[in-house]
Amino acid sequence: MSFQVSKNDDVTLIEVEGQLIVGNRQDLKNQVMEQLEGGDLKFVIDFANTGYIDSSGLGVLVSLSKKIREQGGELRLSSLNDDLRTLFELTKLDTLFKITNDKEEALEGF
Amino acid sequence: MKDLVLELPTDVASIAGAVDYVMERCPVSEAAARRLNLNFRVGLTEALANAMRYGNGDDPSKHVRVEVTLVGGCLQATVRDQGSGFDPAAVPDPTRPENVARPCGRGLFLMRQLLDEVLFNELGNEVTLVLRLDSGSGFEGGLSA
Repeated sequence: MSFQVSKNDDVTLIEVEGQLIVGNRQDLKNQVMEQLEGGDLKFVIDFANTGYIDSSGLGVLVSLSKKIREQGGELRLSSLNDDLRTLFELTKLDTLFKITNDKEEALEGF
Repeated sequence: MKDLVLELPTDVASIAGAVDYVMERCPVSEAAARRLNLNFRVGLTEALANAMRYGNGDDPSKHVRVEVTLVGGCLQATVRDQGSGFDPAAVPDPTRPENVARPCGRGLFLMRQLLDEVLFNELGNEVTLVLRLDSGSGFEGGLSA
């Protein structure tokens, strides 16, 4: 798993490539926490190039969302494929996040 | 007959490679591919993560044994750790409103949702996952590692 970080005005966009799973979830968490501690409040994590997220990866997203909200910010997720959407729906995490079809929609009006 | 046997170290970084190794040896029909790539992949990944993190307590001196068998269109994976076991009935439902925002506790739930059967031994340190595939599928060889 790797990721690219870019800024769109005041929104931090993180594009994840590869699987987000128990063996690498901490890398994403550290990246977002670093940005959050640096003052960033608006985050979009894009999964257009992500085939799979396991329960540990889902847990990291939940944890990050909570930490960002506590600072007054928001985390949005975009570009989930059908399998990932299934996982979010099964676990009802689709009720916890704003999920958009693509990163452009997530960035729009943020 | 055990088609595939893996003995893995307790290292969560090894899970992705181990699951890929199993997946590559389970060619199935196009119709069953999604059930393999989503349902079985998720189930096996979660079972291995639970075995290493909670069963073996991330102790690198302990191992996890995986046995994968295909019989009569049923793909079956048994994952056994060296821990003292747990009571799967005591694991709370992560989709209840009071649990949805918790960062952990979804692994067993996903296994139960995505596999046709999830069976534990009495001690709770061995789980067997069963996925029913259509007929005509099989392993590429019967390797042991």
